[in-house]
Amino acid sequence: MDAFLRGGKASAGDEASTSKGRKEDKKLKKPTPWVEKYRPRTVDDIVEQNEIVATLKQCLQGADLPHFLFYGPPGTGKTSTIIAAARQLFGDMYKDRILELNASDDRGIQVIREKVKSFSQVSVSSVRPDGKPCPPYKIVILDEADSMTAAAQAALRRTMEKETRSTRFCLICNYVSCIIQPLTSRCAKYRFKPLSRETMIKRLNLICLEEKVSYDTRTLDLLVDMSGGDLRRAITCLQSCVRLKGEEGIVYDDILEVTGVIPDNYIENLLDVCRQHNYDKMEHFVEEILSKAYCAPQVLEQIQEIIIPRPDLTDAQKSHICEKIAVCSWRLQDGASEYIQLLDLGCSMIEVL
Amino acid sequence: MSLWVDKYRPNSFSKIDYHKEQGQRLKNLVQHGDFPHLLFYGPSGAGKKTRIMILLRELYGSGVEKLRMEHMNFQTPSNKKIEIMTVASNYHIEINASDAGIYDRIVVMELIKNAAQTHQLDANEQREFKVILLTEVDKLTKDAQQALRRTMEKYIATCRLILCANSISQVIPAIRSRCLSIRVPSPSNVEIVSVLLNICKKEGLTIPMELATRIAEKSEGNLRRAILTCEACKVNQYPFDKNQKIVEPDWQNYICETANVILKEQTPQNLLNVRSRLYELLCHGIPTELIFKYLLKQLLTKCDMAVKREVIQVASDFEHSLHRGSKVIFHLEAFVAKFMAIYLQYMEDTVRAV
Ligand SMILES: Nc1ncnc2c1ncn2[C@@H]1O[C@H](COP(=O)(O)OP(=O)(O)OP(=O)(O)O)[C@@H](O)[C@H]1O
Ligand SMILES: [Mg+2]
Repeated sequence: MDAFLRGGKASAGDEASTSKGRKEDKKLKKPTPWVEKYRPRTVDDIVEQNEIVATLKQCLQGADLPHFLFYGPPGTGKTSTIIAAARQLFGDMYKDRILELNASDDRGIQVIREKVKSFSQVSVSSVRPDGKPCPPYKIVILDEADSMTAAAQAALRRTMEKETRSTRFCLICNYVSCIIQPLTSRCAKYRFKPLSRETMIKRLNLICLEEKVSYDTRTLDLLVDMSGGDLRRAITCLQSCVRLKGEEGIVYDDILEVTGVIPDNYIENLLDVCRQHNYDKMEHFVEEILSKAYCAPQVLEQIQEIIIPRPDLTDAQKSHICEKIAVCSWRLQDGASEYIQLLDLGCSMIEVL
Repeated sequence: MSLWVDKYRPNSFSKIDYHKEQGQRLKNLVQHGDFPHLLFYGPSGAGKKTRIMILLRELYGSGVEKLRMEHMNFQTPSNKKIEIMTVASNYHIEINASDAGIYDRIVVMELIKNAAQTHQLDANEQREFKVILLTEVDKLTKDAQQALRRTMEKYIATCRLILCANSISQVIPAIRSRCLSIRVPSPSNVEIVSVLLNICKKEGLTIPMELATRIAEKSEGNLRRAILTCEACKVNQYPFDKNQKIVEPDWQNYICETANVILKEQTPQNLLNVRSRLYELLCHGIPTELIFKYLLKQLLTKCDMAVKREVIQVASDFEHSLHRGSKVIFHLEAFVAKFMAIYLQYMEDTVRAV
């Protein structure tokens, strides 16, 4: 362990090597994954999220910045947006004006009180060292705020009010319901929607072009479908496919493999077996699916997708199965055994089909 | 003398016995240094760890095989000391953070931040990043997984994570969105048989096809288990006989016997017997998921379809509540009691029908 850590040159305060400022010039040398390479650098690069982009543009023009609350599913640009905006606002002084605390940092009540307080008490001027004007406040970014305890959030309340003169807060989370009401009411709320098909395709097209990847539209369509509005996931998958394949271009099946989607004939077979009321075969099938390392929530999702549009099933049958899917999915969330839950679902399907 | 599992562990992508195409692809992947974090998942004994080690070797050369075991100390904010075993080379470190229980977040964070703040050995600039290998990520608390999110992104240039899990259903979507997931399916029985034949050939032994097939069938897709069983068979009796007895793990036999005890008599008195047997299993650290699975499987063999459905329904309910509660034994026992009631009813109905 020691050698592992000591191995390199000591590098006190090497934060900079990970921040973008220096990455820009290192980029040529240091291979960074595409998600980072194509992370928006300015507010203009953000696609889709029009409302917040408009607001931020006004702030860049000099309008005052409110406290923000960004929420929405993973990979929709929340973190990128605020960081890009802050970079544009503060330029080189970025490091002094921003305090970023995320779920990896200790964010107990004590820390919120002390760290945030001492950060925000130093007042700041409205000109940069080079004479250009810049906003007279600092920004505290609380990323992944849904993992903060309610007590810590409550402690934040006071701090937020007291320090408004010099500090703006930006809270970021996936689930807005995890943020206590007194905080949400103090912030301008922005929902980051899952990105639309067209924007994702446009963005992916751009990346493919830059990286000289050959592809066909059907493949890209599938990639977009599979990532459900999560652009980060789409970019990661794209890059993975390209790298896994080596020199050749990417095709339809590659995407299926990296996204962990179960081939449709598996699911069809499962339905068939259930229709034959054959328990042993059903059990065998469940074991087969799990031994192929497909995960149970994915099975549930795909079964649901398949049965809903089926004309040969009655509404009663569909609703019965969907209800079971819901129950199983909830139990799986709590960590229940995938094997037993799938058996349970299988039995229900045998019963109603 | 090392065990066969270690002795015949392949050490390059060209030598792996199955999923060859995937091996080739992984090899392509590491040619460029810009691959994302990786998440390997698959049932135990499918070969995840083998592939990860080969991958590291491709990245850093044979230096990664010089492993040291060390204890690392961490301190919680409440000044509690935690000690964790790590396995490390100059290039990577492997840790099972779930060993730290509810303090896993601290372990994961400290480790990544430390590692990210030192540069890679710059001697000949092999790679600009180090690798942190986290095993059993599906066992990490949600808190620790949350903490990984932004950290993974921030330090990606200096530190790549390789995560390893049995199933991704317990890995939060935010992490899955940040990784390339690599599915490692279990080998098929045919593939297992061919591995066994190969090993025996290298050992200079002859193994009857029938025996190899039987071992493969008993191993449930777990190659490690198949090889261990094969070696055990060799110790028990050589020359091999195609009908020779295959040793099964004690705990599995014990669970089957427990099921038979339940099926024999459905009384409160017998429930007490079963309880002590369940305690016995738990004391030996057999995972509850396995106890539930094999118990259920064995019990179901004696039920007809209608009863099966009912029993599975009950089982899925209790197995779930077990994850929400804290004392495992309550839920296991409740299941057994409920099963006894259902089964008794079923027997009475059959008798009456006759
Ligand atoms: N609206 C967007 N415009 C441009 N790129 C985007 C957008 N949304 C996501 N991306 C891409 O996805 C990557 C991840 O985005 P980001 O880190 O902002 O997600 P996030 O919303 O913070 O997700 P999480 O909730 O998981 O933290 C970025 O590096 C970028 O490449
Ligand atoms: Mg984020």
